Amino acid sequence: MPEPMGFYTDTTVCIGCKACEVACKEWNQLPSTNGGVNTLSGDSYDNTRRLDGIHWRHVKFIEQFPEDRKDGRWLLMSDVCKHCVHAACLEVCPTGAIIRTEFDTVVIQSNACNGCRDCIAACPFGVIDINPVSHVAQKCTLCYDRLQGGMEPACSKACPTKSIQFGTIRELHERAQERVAQLHQNGENRAYLYGADDKMLGGLNSFYLLVDKPEVYGLPPDPKMPTRNLIPGSVFAVLGAVMVGLAAIFNFRNRGASQERKMRP
Amino acid sequence: MNPAPSSTWFTTGPHWAWFIVLYFFIGGLAGGCYFLSALIDLFDRREDRPLARLGYYIAFPCVALSGLLLLADLGRPLRFWHMMIESNTYRPMFKYWSPMSTGVWALLIFGLFTFLSFLAALAEDDRIGWPALRTIGARWPALRRLRGPSALGRVISVIGAIFGLYIAGYTGVLLAVTNRPIWSDTPLLGMLFVVSATSTSGALMMLVAYRSGWRMPGLADLHSMESWVIVLELLVLIAVLVSLGPVLTAWLNAWGVLLVIVIAFGLIWPLIQSWRARQPGQMNFARAAPLVLLGSFLLRLVIVFSSQAI
Repeated sequence: MPEPMGFYTDTTVCIGCKACEVACKEWNQLPSTNGGVNTLSGDSYDNTRRLDGIHWRHVKFIEQFPEDRKDGRWLLMSDVCKHCVHAACLEVCPTGAIIRTEFDTVVIQSNACNGCRDCIAACPFGVIDINPVSHVAQKCTLCYDRLQGGMEPACSKACPTKSIQFGTIRELHERAQERVAQLHQNGENRAYLYGADDKMLGGLNSFYLLVDKPEVYGLPPDPKMPTRNLIPGSVFAVLGAVMVGLAAIFNFRNRGASQERKMRP
Repeated sequence: MNPAPSSTWFTTGPHWAWFIVLYFFIGGLAGGCYFLSALIDLFDRREDRPLARLGYYIAFPCVALSGLLLLADLGRPLRFWHMMIESNTYRPMFKYWSPMSTGVWALLIFGLFTFLSFLAALAEDDRIGWPALRTIGARWPALRRLRGPSALGRVISVIGAIFGLYIAGYTGVLLAVTNRPIWSDTPLLGMLFVVSATSTSGALMMLVAYRSGWRMPGLADLHSMESWVIVLELLVLIAVLVSLGPVLTAWLNAWGVLLVIVIAFGLIWPLIQSWRARQPGQMNFARAAPLVLLGSFLLRLVIVFSSQAI
């Protein structure tokens, strides 16, 4: 059984080249947007816009500049499926199409998915969406086919700055912690790891080194499992059913009583 | 950058649209009507039997339509059976912790019960215009035993009613078991849908009964119950709004305006009409019943669409 594998993305060395996006599209044969007709988003250099069924990698461009432009910085981040240890999508999928692989990654089997879209609503990171060609939900597979062939995923292979690193989770954690320590030593005290420990959904097998709050990168500060509402939601629904049942029985019984009274001499 | 009121703001909507809104409404009607009919049957008053039949006549076609709506909503409709049988192993597919999985099975089982009660109602009814249906009772008189007062009929009614309430309410739990804004920010949507489905079903049954000129005593009971259930629905809706807390800001827009209209004209106005009727079962509520139905549909519309507009 192989060790759990994943990605460690060091956002401080990302240069926004989008080689990861291109490599992902190329390897996974993902279709172009809008038939290949280029449309600009008006949001910095980000014309990919978001992760969805045909964009499994998305480089985010966050411009942090004051109005006078004297100071500022770019935050660049290549976003991808987090391959959560406690995966919300896998949990709710009613067809069993979403599986956990031998590499501890989360994969949607396209031939089993029927496009119910429950996983899209369940994912706390907004990663999954429908592929308009296959009409089923799709997302990053962490190049499951390449991993089975002993290769590393296309995106990390293509990354020219090692912002995206692939490896065993244990090894990646060590590397990431060393990098955070190095940044702190160099005066960048804002650096921290997002999703590396098991407090966040049991741990994210694709975790990040960030230098600002998660919300700034479009990441939820405290992602949760959707089933947190299952028991309270069900209990309240049953309570609702009991209340309407009592209201109905009370009203129908009342007439019975009044009729009985009428029948008495 | 405005801080998001909840972590649910970072997620993607599932593109559940008109088919799902219609399913929530029609599935709720099926469950609610069956529940009310079963209740009327359990009280076993001869003069109320046509009213119970009416509920069974509504429930079965609504369940059939619900199935079609869900099928049409799938990205790959021909793979609908993957919800029930795992396509790789051909083993039964059931996840008790996934409301969509349990809901599919519940709809299937509820469909069977509504069909049995529908057949029993047809067998009993001798006033149906369609001769082929009218002869059902004559050809297969045993079908009448599928309804009370026979023991078998009572068992069918009780189990069917439980599944009916499940169908009416699980859709709210399904929304809660996601990570979307509004839906997963309150655990009360299942409760709201159960209560709303019952008030909607009562309104529809009364509307048809009044329009048909029926005056059986059960109608007065239904009317009286309807007022209570609408009050309950109002209270649950207020509880939903309170439980949303800061997320309530998501409704400071056109969806919120529509919700206020639903509360005013789909709940409060019919309630006033219901109370104004001095004699229970008068025509006053018949005029308000279409508003209850419209309000119930719009309530589901607001809940489904407003979350995905974020």
